[in-house]
Amino acid sequence: MLSFLVSAIRLGMTFLLGSTGETITEKAGHLNLGTPGVMCVGAACGCFVEDLYLSQTGLYADPVIAVLLPVAAAFIGSAVMGLLFSFMTVTLKVNQNVTGLALTTFGVGVSDYIISQTGLAFQRGSKFFNASFSFAEDLGWFGELFLSHGFLIYLAIFIALLTTFVFNKTKIGLHLRAVGENPATADAAGINVSAYRYAATCIGCGISGLGGLCFIMNYLNGNWEYCIDAIGWLAIALVIFTVWKPSIAILGSIVFGGLYIANTYITGFTIQDNELFKMLPYIVTIIVLLFTSIRDSKKNQPPQSLGITYFREER
Amino acid sequence: MNNNIALECRGITKTFGHVVANKNVNLSVKRGEILSILGENGSGKTTLMNMISGIYFPDQGSIFVNGTEVSIRSPKDAFNLKIGMIHQHFKLVDVFDATENIVLGLSGKKFNIKKAKKEIQETCDKYGFEIDLSKKIYDMSVSEKQTVEIVKVLYRGADILILDEPTAVLTPQEIQKLFAVLRRMRDDGKAIIIITHKLHEVLELSDRVSVLRKGEYIGTVNTAESTEQSLTEMMVGEKISLDIDRPEPHDTKDRLVVKGLDCFNADGVKVLDDISFVAKSGEILGIAGIAGSGQRELLEAIAGLQKLSGGEIVYNDPKTEKAENLRNKTPIEIKNLGVRLSFVPEDRLGMGLVGNMGIADNMMLRSYKRGKSMFLERKEPKKLANKIIDDLKVVTPDANTPVRRLSGGNVQKVLVGREIAASPTVLMAAYPVRGLDINSSYTIYNLLTEQKEKGVAVIFVGEDLDVLLDLCDRILVLSDGRVTGIVDGRTAKKEEIGLLMTKSKEGK
Ligand SMILES: Nc1ncnc2c1ncn2[C@@H]1O[C@H](COP(=O)(O)OP(=O)(O)O)[C@@H](O)[C@H]1O
Ligand SMILES: [Mg+2]
Repeated sequence: MLSFLVSAIRLGMTFLLGSTGETITEKAGHLNLGTPGVMCVGAACGCFVEDLYLSQTGLYADPVIAVLLPVAAAFIGSAVMGLLFSFMTVTLKVNQNVTGLALTTFGVGVSDYIISQTGLAFQRGSKFFNASFSFAEDLGWFGELFLSHGFLIYLAIFIALLTTFVFNKTKIGLHLRAVGENPATADAAGINVSAYRYAATCIGCGISGLGGLCFIMNYLNGNWEYCIDAIGWLAIALVIFTVWKPSIAILGSIVFGGLYIANTYITGFTIQDNELFKMLPYIVTIIVLLFTSIRDSKKNQPPQSLGITYFREER
Repeated sequence: MNNNIALECRGITKTFGHVVANKNVNLSVKRGEILSILGENGSGKTTLMNMISGIYFPDQGSIFVNGTEVSIRSPKDAFNLKIGMIHQHFKLVDVFDATENIVLGLSGKKFNIKKAKKEIQETCDKYGFEIDLSKKIYDMSVSEKQTVEIVKVLYRGADILILDEPTAVLTPQEIQKLFAVLRRMRDDGKAIIIITHKLHEVLELSDRVSVLRKGEYIGTVNTAESTEQSLTEMMVGEKISLDIDRPEPHDTKDRLVVKGLDCFNADGVKVLDDISFVAKSGEILGIAGIAGSGQRELLEAIAGLQKLSGGEIVYNDPKTEKAENLRNKTPIEIKNLGVRLSFVPEDRLGMGLVGNMGIADNMMLRSYKRGKSMFLERKEPKKLANKIIDDLKVVTPDANTPVRRLSGGNVQKVLVGREIAASPTVLMAAYPVRGLDINSSYTIYNLLTEQKEKGVAVIFVGEDLDVLLDLCDRILVLSDGRVTGIVDGRTAKKEEIGLLMTKSKEGK
C-alpha cells in the first residue's frame, strides 16, 4: 500500500507539473494542445543534457548541478516550444487547436530524435533526482510517504502553490486572468495582451516540460519510455478535472496518479481490466466537466476566451 | 488657437477593407463642455471614438490633445493622455468584482486592493455613485455595470470622457442619474463626448452637437439654437416627418386571451403574478413598465419558453377558427401557429444571430426547415436578405458580410426584419428600437403599423413612453410582475402611465 501511494505521488507530480503549466497557459486564453509534445521535448532535453554532463564529469559529478542543469535544459527546451506556439497563434494568428496538435506531433518527433542520440538509460542521473532527505528513513511510513522524494517533486508542489498565489493575489495574476477572460477588455485597460500571452505560454510550457523530465527521472527511475505524450493528454484532462485551480490539482494529480497505476498494485486483473483502469481519469474528467457545466456556476468555468485568437480591430 | 480646447480631430479617415467608416472628419471638444455626436446607425461614430481611445488607428488625419498633436497607438496611450472611453459594449471581465475591474491595467502604483478600494470609494462619493465594490460583474444589472465603467475611467483620472450610447439600455430614472453625474463632471472642468440617438437627451444635456452622416462630417451646431427637427434633417440629409401614423383598428378579433398567468424564476421569485389581458388582431398592444417588471418573462411565456405555474394562454387560430391553449404546446408548435417573438436583449449582441455568418445565412437559420431538397436552398434567403437590406436600409457592403461587422443598430434591423418577414399572426417585439437612430426607429414603427393593418396582433414592449403613446392602440402597464392597468393609447396621459408603472404591490 505504501509503495502504491509513493508511486502515485511521484507519477502525480508529473501530472501536476504538466497541468500547472497548461493552466498558466490557459489562463492567458491559450488552449495549448501541444502540451504532450512539449512534455516529450522537456524530458528529452533534460535527459540529453544529463547524459552529456555525466559523461563529461565521470565520477566527479556535482549532485546539485546534475539536477539543476537538466532541469534548466528541460525548461528552456519546452519554453522554446511555447515560443513557437505563441508565434504561430499570436503573431501569425493561426488557429490554436491546429497549432497545438501540430506541436504535439512535432514535439514527439523531436524528442525521439534527441533521445536517439543517447543510450536511453539515465539510471545514474535518476539517482541524483531521487536523492532525498537522509533522515526520511528514520521516520517510518511518514518519512517514506512525505519526505522520501526528490527535488522535482517538491518543486512541483511549490510551483502549484506559487501559481495559485500569483493568480489570486498579485497584479500580474489579475492581468493574466483578464487577458484570458476578455482580451478586448484587457487591451482597452492598457494591458499588453500579446506580451502576456507570449510570457504565460513560454513559462507554462517550461513548467509542463519539467513534468516530462520528472516522469523519466523520478517515476521511471531513469528508464526512457516512449509514452510521455499519453501523460501529457492526462495533464490536460487534469486541468479540467481541477477546474483551472493548481491548488486543487495537487491532490487531483495524486488521484490521477493512483488511478493510472492502480492495476499494477491490485492483483487479479486481466490486461483488459488494466486498460479500463487507465481510462478512469478520463471518465472522471468528463464527469467533472458535465458537473460544472450543469451547475452553471460562474466560478468554475474555463477562461471565457480560451482558444480564441485576439485581434484588436476585429469585432 | 483657443487654448480651452481639450481635444481636436482634423481630417480623420478610416477604412475597413472597402468600407469607409470615417471620411475626413473634424471634431473638437472644450473643457467644461458636453458635446453630443449624432448620426444614423453605421455612420461611423463608434469608429471615430475608438480612434480617439486607441482601439483603432486612423489611416489619415491628426488628433490634438490640449493643443499638441498626438499619436494614439494603443489604449494605454489614450490613458496617458487622460482620455477615457465607456464602450457601447461594456469592457468588463465578468468573473471579476468591481474593484478588480477598476484597477485592471493600472501601472505604477503598488498592488494593494484594499487601498485601491478606499480610493475608489472616495471617487464614488465625490460624484455620488452608489455601488457595491465587491460585487461580481455577472451579478450586476446593466446600469451597475455602466457605473463600474464610469468609475473606472474617473478613477484613472480621465479629463476627456467618451460615452458611446450609454443611455440605450437604461431606464428613465437611471438616465437622469447618469445625466446628473455628467453635469457634475462638466462643472468639474472635464470634456465630455456622448453618443446618443435620443434627440430629447441631446437637447437636454449637451452644449454643442456634431453630426456625422455616412462617415462624413456634416457640421457642428450649438444645442440652444437647434430643435429635434433641425437635428434630424442634418443627420438624415432630408426633411422627414416625425409623426407616427396611427390608423384606427378595424375588424379586431380576440387573437390571444391570457388568463391568470403565474410564473416563478429560477431563484423562486414570483416574476409574473396573475396576468390577464387580451391581444386583438389589427391592433398594437403596448406594454409599458420599468425594465425587469416581467416583460421578458411574459413574452417568453407566450412563446412557450417559460415554465408557468398557473394560468392559460388561449390562441384563436384564424385559419382553423379553433381555440388552442398554448401552454400545452412546444415552442416550435407555437411558432408554427404564427406566434413570433423578436426580443432585443439589453446586450444587443448574441440575440439569435450568428455573428460570423452573413445576413443571408442568418435568414436561412430560421427558414431552413422549409427547404424541399436536402441541400441548402440559398436563393430564397438571399432574396429575403436583400429585401430586408432595402426595406430597412441596412448599411452593409452586401448580404454575405458577417453580421458581426455591422454596426449595432444595423444588426438589430436584421433581427427584427427576420421575424416580420415570417408573416406572423401574433408579432411580439420587445425593445425593437433599442439603440436605433431616429430614422430606423420610425422605419420599425411603420413596419409594425403595417403589420397591424394586415390584421396581425402586435405586442410591442417599449421604453419610451412618448412612443408608446403615439404608436399603440392600448397600453398594458406592468409593475413588479402584475398588471396595474390597461389604458387607451389615444387618451392616456404620460403621468398616468408613469404612476401605474411604479404602483407597488400594496396598491399604494
Ligand atoms: N472592425 C470593423 N471591421 C469591419 N467593418 C467595421 C468595423 N467597425 C466598423 N465597421 C463598419 O464601419 C461602419 C461604421 O460603424 P460604426 O462606427 O460602428 O457606426 P455607428 O457607431 O455610428 O453606428 C459600419 O458600416 C460598420 O459596418
Ligand atoms: Mg456605434
